Amino acid sequence: MYLLELENLYVRLAKEDRLILKGVDLKIKPGEVHAIMGPNGSGKSTLAHVIMGNPNYVVVKGEIRYSGEVITDLPPNERAKKGIFLSFQQPPEIPGVRIRSFLSTAYSLTRKNLSLRELEGRMKTFAQELGLSPDFLSRYLNLGMSGGERKKSEVIQMGVLDPKLVILDEIDSGLDVDALRQVSKKILELKNPEKSILLITHYSRITSYIVPDVVHVLVDGKIVTSGGPDLISWIEEKGYVEVGTA
Amino acid sequence: MTDLEKNEDRFDIKVNVKYRKRTAPGLGPAIIREISESKEEPEWMLEHRLKCLEIFQTWHDPRFGVDVSDLDLGNIVAYLRPDVDKARSWEDVPEEIREAFEKLGIPEAERKVLAGVGAQYDSEAVYQSIKRELESLGVIFLDMESAVRQYPELVKEYFMQIVKPTLHKYAALHGAVWSGGSFVYVPRGVKVPLPLQGYFMMGSPGSGQFEHTLIIAEEGSEVSYIEGCSAPRYNVLNLHAGMVEILVKPGAKVKYVTIQNWSKNTYNLNTKVAVVEEDGTMEWVSGSFGSMKTMLYPASILKGAGASASFLSITYAGKGQHLDTGAKMIHTAPNTSSVVDARSISAGGGWAFYRGLLHIAREARGSKASVRCSSLMLDNESRADTLPIIEVLNDKADVGHEARIGRISEEQIYYLMARGLSEAQARELIVRGFFEPIAKELPIEYAVELNRLIALELESSIG
Ligand SMILES: Nc1ncnc2c1ncn2[C@@H]1O[C@H](COP(=O)(O)OP(=O)(O)OP(=O)(O)O)[C@@H](O)[C@H]1O
Ligand SMILES: [Mg+2]
Repeated sequence: MYLLELENLYVRLAKEDRLILKGVDLKIKPGEVHAIMGPNGSGKSTLAHVIMGNPNYVVVKGEIRYSGEVITDLPPNERAKKGIFLSFQQPPEIPGVRIRSFLSTAYSLTRKNLSLRELEGRMKTFAQELGLSPDFLSRYLNLGMSGGERKKSEVIQMGVLDPKLVILDEIDSGLDVDALRQVSKKILELKNPEKSILLITHYSRITSYIVPDVVHVLVDGKIVTSGGPDLISWIEEKGYVEVGTA
Repeated sequence: MTDLEKNEDRFDIKVNVKYRKRTAPGLGPAIIREISESKEEPEWMLEHRLKCLEIFQTWHDPRFGVDVSDLDLGNIVAYLRPDVDKARSWEDVPEEIREAFEKLGIPEAERKVLAGVGAQYDSEAVYQSIKRELESLGVIFLDMESAVRQYPELVKEYFMQIVKPTLHKYAALHGAVWSGGSFVYVPRGVKVPLPLQGYFMMGSPGSGQFEHTLIIAEEGSEVSYIEGCSAPRYNVLNLHAGMVEILVKPGAKVKYVTIQNWSKNTYNLNTKVAVVEEDGTMEWVSGSFGSMKTMLYPASILKGAGASASFLSITYAGKGQHLDTGAKMIHTAPNTSSVVDARSISAGGGWAFYRGLLHIAREARGSKASVRCSSLMLDNESRADTLPIIEVLNDKADVGHEARIGRISEEQIYYLMARGLSEAQARELIVRGFFEPIAKELPIEYAVELNRLIALELESSIG
């Protein structure tokens, strides 16, 4: 049984007739970590957004299954409620909406077991573990945040919402060495045999903390190679052009 | 239930109240005399009223802002006096009126967070109370007619000196028929620890409310005043042409908070002006949701060196509403400063128009001012305009200005949905976020009420 299955997925932009994903196959079992690497503009973020249900993209062929259920036509909030979480490469600013209150709303809609007080405690702990003061939770969502702060805010949200499928779109970009360690630690804490991680990255640094079971290389909307973690050093050495054509 | 009615459940309170006095519709010297007589006013006030009536009769309607051609003043009953005497104890207020105010949470709020409360039903105050400690410090908080009788010298010195009847047609009308309102006097150096509140309600169809509020804050004193307004909805037009005059003496600080939720058949043509003397501070916080048409431009005249003023406002123009509002900041002294942050939402075909003026006179060297107005349109039928007029007459002033009209971005909605919120919840959160910096300046009860109103408005505009 797979947690996530993409079968021969073709995706185009909603606003223009341009194909971005051209037949992607991806199967992730519970407990697995998969990494996706690939050149800029190859469709990695598109893939992440399609799994989350972003209306900017249209599935023209193929389907998305989650825990065996077809979710291709579900709106993003229904997918979130089922346990899918996407950490955005570029989370948008939402003025006037504080992390704390937004996250308690989101929490009450997705999971419900913690009391408000426990929830507040958890948020504070997470903030602290990421090297942030508790005041951070009173900030407006992403507004005026540095690159690293945005990523940390995404990680706090991930930790609180406790998803089953975690998609991390360049969670490591813009993080300093200490932050990368803290963030990786939080992600690993979440990991268990029921949960899966899809890690989109350009760098091998994060994969030394979160070691993938499978690495895929996405070039021009297609997975051109898949393999074990060794693939990463090979890519770093040779570059995508050679790996993609090998 | 139509959408329009749905928004007003809590405010749509109709009661059967007997009136002791009801002037015939329309306006003339006879009616003015009748009003003045029944209030047992001194001669100077009658003269003032008659002079205002004369000025009123020479004035044309404003040539900008909302269309007032539907407004037939001949049909508005200027003066309605409920058949009750003013009570000092809430229990003495007649039950029908008490219930109407209780639905709005008035006495409840007083017990918890207020230093004094005045409640006005149609033309007259029905309830007035102030905490004894404040009375003993010399703080005066009275309904306006009692103040005219009990402190004639004090009232005469200030009444309509800040806003002259010649300012515009409705200022003159107000001067002729004013009734009710609050008089607040804070002696030198006294800091009133909790807000005073005036609550104004229009109860009968086709009536006018013309309350006059006058606040005098003596040197170094501090006070905040909360004004709440509402009216049940009838099919006949109502007119509200109130006036607020505030004098902030040197080093004093006044905060004036308004929540305006007049019913959606009300013309709200209101005038508010504060004069701020040396090192004084004036703060306006305003939330406007109600009325069919509003024209309101609270002004701060920064007359003394070092004086400052701020204006924070939220306007929500829904279906059938045209709200034309904005702040006037007039800097006439050196080193004065002002901040304007005006935000509006238009939805369901509503029209929010920001019309503001920032004037920095030649003498106002070293002054600082910033004007920021932002509008959010929730659909394609709604309108938003911003017209911030800025006049700077010296080159030693620091002026910042920003105007923004936008829509909720799809990307923001998607992001919130990706965290589990429905599209409607995401919109509501974004709209509330847009208002948040203003809402947090309101007393907590009002902030809660504001959120409830926004949720109801959105429900009816989206659903
Ligand atoms: N909403 C959109 N509107 C227009 N073009 C888009 C949109 N989303 C993606 N694209 C285009 O699709 C292609 C793939 O973009 P995508 O963001 O998926 O790349 P990526 O692999 O994540 O790149 P990077 O490594 O730079 O993050 C690019 O050419 C991009 O310009
Ligand atoms: Mg990307």
